[in-house]
Parts: sequence; C-alpha cells; structure tokens
Amino acid sequence: MTGTWLLVRHYVRRDRWMVLWWALGITLLYWSQAVSVKGLYTTQAEFDRAAAMMETNTAFVAMAGPARALNTIGGQVTWQATAFGAITVGLMSMFLVVRHTRAEEETGRDELLRAAAVGRQATTAATLVVALLANLLVGAMVALSLVTFPLAAADSIALGVGLAAVGAVFTGTALLAAQLGSSPRAAYGLTGAVMGAAYVLRAIGDVGDGTLSWLSPIGWYQGMHAFSGLRWWPVLLLLAAAAATTVGAVLVFARRDFGAGVLVDRPGPDRAGGLLGTPEGLAWRLQRGSVIGWSAGLFLTGLSYGSLGDDVGDLMGDSEMSRDLFAQAGGALVDAFYATAILMLALLACGYAVSSAIRPRRDEDEGRVEVLLATGLSRQRWLLAQVLLTVAGSALVLGAGGLGLGIGFALTSGDSGAVGRYFVATLPLLAPVLVLSGLARLLFGVVPRWTSLAWAGLLFAVVILLFGPLFKMPEWLQDLSPFHHLALVPAEPFRWAPFLVLGAIAAALSVAGQAAFRRRDVEVR
Amino acid sequence: MLADVSAPIEIAGLVKHFGTVHALDGLDLTVAEGEVHGYLGPNGSGKSTTIRVLLGLLRADEGSVRLLGGDPWREAADLHRRLAYVPGDVSLWPNLTGGEVIDLLGRLRGGLDERRRAELVERFELDPTKKGRTYSKGNRQKVALVAALASDVELLLLDEPTSGLDPLMGEVFEQCVDEFREQGGTALLSSHVLAEVEQLCDRVSILRSGRCVETGTLSELRHLTRTTVRAETERPPGGLASLPGVHDLVVEGRRAAFEVDTAELDTVLGVLHAAGIRTMSATPPTLEELFLRHYGDAVPTAAPVDAS
Ligand SMILES: Nc1ncnc2c1ncn2[C@@H]1O[C@H](COP(=O)(O)OP(=O)(O)O)[C@@H](O)[C@H]1O
Ligand SMILES: [Mg+2]
Repeated sequence: MTGTWLLVRHYVRRDRWMVLWWALGITLLYWSQAVSVKGLYTTQAEFDRAAAMMETNTAFVAMAGPARALNTIGGQVTWQATAFGAITVGLMSMFLVVRHTRAEEETGRDELLRAAAVGRQATTAATLVVALLANLLVGAMVALSLVTFPLAAADSIALGVGLAAVGAVFTGTALLAAQLGSSPRAAYGLTGAVMGAAYVLRAIGDVGDGTLSWLSPIGWYQGMHAFSGLRWWPVLLLLAAAAATTVGAVLVFARRDFGAGVLVDRPGPDRAGGLLGTPEGLAWRLQRGSVIGWSAGLFLTGLSYGSLGDDVGDLMGDSEMSRDLFAQAGGALVDAFYATAILMLALLACGYAVSSAIRPRRDEDEGRVEVLLATGLSRQRWLLAQVLLTVAGSALVLGAGGLGLGIGFALTSGDSGAVGRYFVATLPLLAPVLVLSGLARLLFGVVPRWTSLAWAGLLFAVVILLFGPLFKMPEWLQDLSPFHHLALVPAEPFRWAPFLVLGAIAAALSVAGQAAFRRRDVEVR
Repeated sequence: MLADVSAPIEIAGLVKHFGTVHALDGLDLTVAEGEVHGYLGPNGSGKSTTIRVLLGLLRADEGSVRLLGGDPWREAADLHRRLAYVPGDVSLWPNLTGGEVIDLLGRLRGGLDERRRAELVERFELDPTKKGRTYSKGNRQKVALVAALASDVELLLLDEPTSGLDPLMGEVFEQCVDEFREQGGTALLSSHVLAEVEQLCDRVSILRSGRCVETGTLSELRHLTRTTVRAETERPPGGLASLPGVHDLVVEGRRAAFEVDTAELDTVLGVLHAAGIRTMSATPPTLEELFLRHYGDAVPTAAPVDAS
C-alpha cells in the first residue's frame, strides 16, 4: 500500500471543492425540508390533516418512502429527504470513485502512477478512503444542521450516520462496478442501475407490505425509523453491504489485467441504419435516450402532482408562506396550485432543453464536429438539425409532463376532461423554455466557451419563481425571468400576447446564435 | 515548380492568429495535382491550423486560400464532397459503433464504395461492431481512415494520421495512400516524423513557426538529413574519423557513436561491416534536431506577436 497516503492527499486536494458543494447541497436538502415544513402549517390540526392526506397518497409513498409520523417535522424531514438524500450521496460517491479508478485507468495516467513507486492496490485504497471521508462529511453536516435546527439529537444523528453508511454502500458498489465494467461509462451505468434498483425495490416495498424494501440499502436506511421509534441495527446491514462490495472490488482488481474489465461491451451493428444519413437522424440517434428519459421523468412527476386531485387545499395548509408559494395568481387554491405545478414542470423541461441546446458545444469541444463538418454537411444544416431536435424534444418532454398531470388528476378525481385541460394548459410554457435554450444557442454562436452559462439562466428562473414573491424582489428583476410573464393557466385565462412575444424572443436568440456560428471559427482542442 | 492554376491546394501569405499567438504567419504552400505532399513541422508549428483553414473550419485572417479551385470558407460543403479528412486525434460518439460512423461519414460525403469499404475494414483489421467509447486511439484513427479511403474523392487531407497506429498498420496505410496516388489522387500528409514522410511523399514542405521554410522533392531535401549511428563491433572500427560526412564521432573501445550525412551512409556501413557488426542502431534525425542544426536556435511552439 505504499503511496496510499500520498494519493489520499492528492485526491483530497483535487476533490475538496466538489465534495464541499455536494455536502452543502445534500445538507440543504434535509435542512430546507425542516424549514419549509415548519413554515407551512400554522396549527397542529392543519398539519395533522395534511399528514393524513399524504399518508394515503400512493404516489408520494412510492416516491419518498414509508409514511411514518408525518405530522411531525422530524417525520417529514425523514420522509421527504432520505430517499433523495441516499441517491444524491450515491451519485457523489460514484463520481468520486469512478473518477479516480476506471477513468484514470482509461486515460493511462493510472499506469504512470502504478509504474511509479505506488503499491498495486494503492489507488483503490486511497479512493476508498477519500470517498468514505466525503460521506462522513456529508453525514456530519446533515446531522449537525438538524441538531441545531433543533430536532431530537439522537434521531438527527441517526439520519446523518445512516446517510454516510448508504454512501459507503454505493462507494463499494462503484468500486466494484469500476472493476467489472471496462469503461467509465460502463462503471457509471452499473452503479446507476444498482441505485435505480435500490430505489425501485423500496418504492414497490413501501407501497406493498414492505418486504421488498428490505432488499434495498435505501430501505435499510429508512428502516432506521428516525423520529418514529429510532432503531440502530439497520446500520449494521449497511456496513456489511459496504464491506462486502469493497472486498469484492479488491478481489476482482487483484485478478484482472490492467485496462481490462470483467464485463465486455456488447457489440453493436456493423452497418448504420437508414437514420444515420441525415443530420436530423444523427441528432435523434444521439439524443433519443435523453428525450425518452426526460419525458418519462416529467410524465411521472406530472402524475404525482396530478394525483393530489382536489385535495391540495388540505395539503397546502393556510399559512402565509404557502399562500405566497402556491397562490401567486390568486384565485381558487386548487387552480393556483396546478398553475404553479405546471410552472415547475416547465422548469424541469427546461433542464432537458438547456442540456440539449448545449450539446453542440460538447460535440465541438470534444472534437466530433470537426470530422462531421469536413464532409458535405454544412455548418448551418448541422446546427439547424440540432435546433430542430431541441425544439421538438422540449415540446415532447413538456407535453409528457402535462399529460401526466392531467392523467393523475383524472384518475384521482374522476374528472376525465382534466386530461385535455391540463395538457393544453402546459403547452404555452414551451415559449419560455425555448427562450433559455435560445440563450444557450446565442452563447454557443458568440462565446462558445461560455455556452454552459445557459444553466445560470435556468437557475435564475428557479430562484425567481421560488423566492421572488417570497422576498418581494423588485419587479424588474422578476421580469427578467422568462417564466414570469405568461398567464398562469388554469388560475388565469390564457393571454396570447406574452406567449407570442416570448416565442419571438426565443426565435430571435436562436437565429442570432446560428448566424454567429456561421461566422466564427470552429474551436478544437 | 510554378503554381498551376488548377493546383488542388494553393495558399499564399496565409496569416492566422489565436489571440496573441501567430499560429500561421505568412504561409505559402502549393500542392500539385497527383502528388502526395508531405507537410512537416514540429508540434505547434501550425500544421493542423493550416488544414483546418483549408477545411473552412477556421477563417483566415489574411492571405489567399484556394482549395480545389474554390473558396474553402464560402463553399465549404460543396468542396468537402470532393475530399476526405482524417484528423490526428479522432474522437467518436461514445455510443455509435465504428461501422456506423464509417457509414455516416461516407453518406454525408455523398456515398461510399461498398467493395472498398469491406476491403479496408479487413486490411486495417478493424472490428466495426465496437462502440466508439471502447476503441483505442489507434482504432479510432482506423475508423476515420476507412471512412476517408473508402470514399470516392480527389483529395485527402491527412493530419498526422498514423500517430496512433502500430507499425504494421502504418504499412497498410502507406500502401493505401500509394494506391490512391496511382489512381490520380492528391494528398496532403502532415507529420512531425521525417521518416514517415520520406516513405510516402513526392514533395515535402517544411513548416516552422507558421511559415514554410523549405519546399522541394525529397532528394532536394536529403542534404538536410544526418543519421545517428551507434554500433558495437568485434574489432575496434578504424578509419571512421577520416571518412567524409562523419560528424561528432565518439569511439570507446569497440563501441562507436557518430552522425553521418545520409548520402554517405553506405560507405560508413562498409567500414563497420569490415570490423564485424555485433549490434547497431541507425536513427534518422528528429525534426527538432534538423531544425536546430539548420536554423541555429531553439524551435518555439509558435511565434509570439511582437510590436513591429
Ligand atoms: N484554437 C486555438 N486557440 C489558441 N491557440 C491555438 C488554437 N489552435 C492552435 N493554436 C496554437 O497555434 C499553434 C499552431 O498549432 P497547430 O496548428 O495545432 O500545430 P501543429 O498541428 O503543427 O502541431 C500552436 O502554438 C497552438 O498552441
Ligand atoms: Mg497538429
């Protein structure tokens, strides 16, 4: 293990900021639940009513976890944050681990290290140490934030300890996956599949009799029953799983060749299908996975919003905070809630739109555009195909969200007309969504290095939506968000003017970006 | 040779800056029809930049550039149907297979010769069913090479195309370029390895700091080359010092190390042979050595802009 500590120091230096951001984000996830629940309900009776409503909502239970003590702040924090907390801490561990193991091996840097006076298992050992430290940090920060909130100390600490232990399980999983897969992508895919399975198993278990939840590390974490009869023994299951996967990784590592994996990539077609002859076909082929994934995600999110049906009044409570949050348009609370839900769906769809709009930059930066544009394909035609896909994909993703919302509402309330109503109400949001993808396009054309700044545009819109009215931000600032102008259907009647103006702005941004791209150098590393 | 009106590549006074870096600084280059033209220069001398200007990926700051009789910036797509390009560092889409990429690039260029495609896949020993993310650098390069060589084009632009290939595949590549030339094709082949260019090229241009410093046939340039020889012989080799063209001779017992003008190599080997060669290595000069010898100063990666 010579060199392990040297590597640990090196990794810590490389990763400290990244880990700190993850830790802050995850802590905020837990702490903000406590804050928002505390502010939402003015009386315990109101809280009890909302809790009773949430407990019986299958979609919520499937998404979050077993409903326990939901009429307490601690119970709410546990319920709302643990499943997502476990996934995020898993993602952090996965990125940390794969970055130092399989990714290094692929670039060959690791070979240099191993050729230097570094023990054979030193990278694995150092990666393990750093990932565990990161998980401990996350756990400690979460525990500390809840203890000081203040919530019951033992239960708060249990949430932190359990979280770190789940992180350790996914650290071990990622270490093993990095040994089994033969590329970073394969390692990410394997770890992601395990995390997905852990989430789905506990979702099915929690909705049913709970048996399947015991097959999932996330289920074990939630099985600690923080704030509802705390018990510590499930931590042992987590630690055992972490140890088992880590030992597995060490054993596989010792038995395989450098650069090789245990699982080989499945071969693909040796000839291109008809799709791969046009730039549109290529764009679809490259992005279809993400279009389908985002659409499914938005459909399910819409479904779970919609499944609240007419009961949202109880859920929201009657405090000023909830009125600020959900009744920006005034009017009936149900309509106001769904108008806001539609805005949320649109912001999520914007995630797809921006990620799709910055893809051309990634292809350019990674040198793939160069070969493409050295063929008979012109710049304009290539970029136009990308734009078409972003627009069509955004419409699809947003539409899926609206459809989910309508179907969820119709299933719960029996009002089948809601499907069409909510679907149609969602569509105009395409205009502000495309304003942000247009912004990405403009950046791509004019200052390509900064294309990713389009994410800041989305972040800004989210902040304005969530906190603008709450903190009474100046109107001109709120007006900068493209999501601040449309009529809030169904709480308000639809108005054409803002929709058309936003659509024109989106088109203008995109066209300007395309024109600028025609005039600039294609950048290559 | 005078620039023919119809020469596939004609560059005069080409200047290209990146911020304060003068990547190209008054470059002149003519590639005549039917020749394989070696484009030599150390790393950072501007080879890739030239080729990217020729492809219309970069816009020239000054100077005139004609490609296949057209303007590469304005008529890029039309001109590109008549040429194929292989970059030095090919990057592929992680989830498309090599075969798919070959077809994609071929179709976008206006069609592939099916028979030739199959033959090239075989000759380069490429597995076209693997995903882009699993290919090594050399294999990614093979994908681009097959796509380029299987297209029916007049001009090949090759930017250090063999940098990731093993020697065996390098040889296959050389055969393919030879065949391409026999069918009347023109190629511009950039490289920073002199030996590779010597194998293939009819004429060579040498680039230094964004300017063309030598152009000529290989024999014209041969006077520039010296070979480094190290040998161990059974008896101490006598008389090396007095041979013409031998420089920097160091003899330690039965070991000798020296440099020799390539034209005198045969005579020198005769002397070594007479002493009974046990082990021997002969290394052609690297470009950097060559530049250092002939231009007397260090080779900068690119000339900084100065105030003048
Ligand atoms: N996009 C760019 N931005 C800034 N500098 C660049 C860029 N491309 C090339 N250069 C610089 O221009 C010079 C020539 O580079 P290049 O043409 O790649 O050389 P070669 O291909 O001969 O190695 C180098 O100094 C390089 O750093
Ligand atoms: Mg280069």
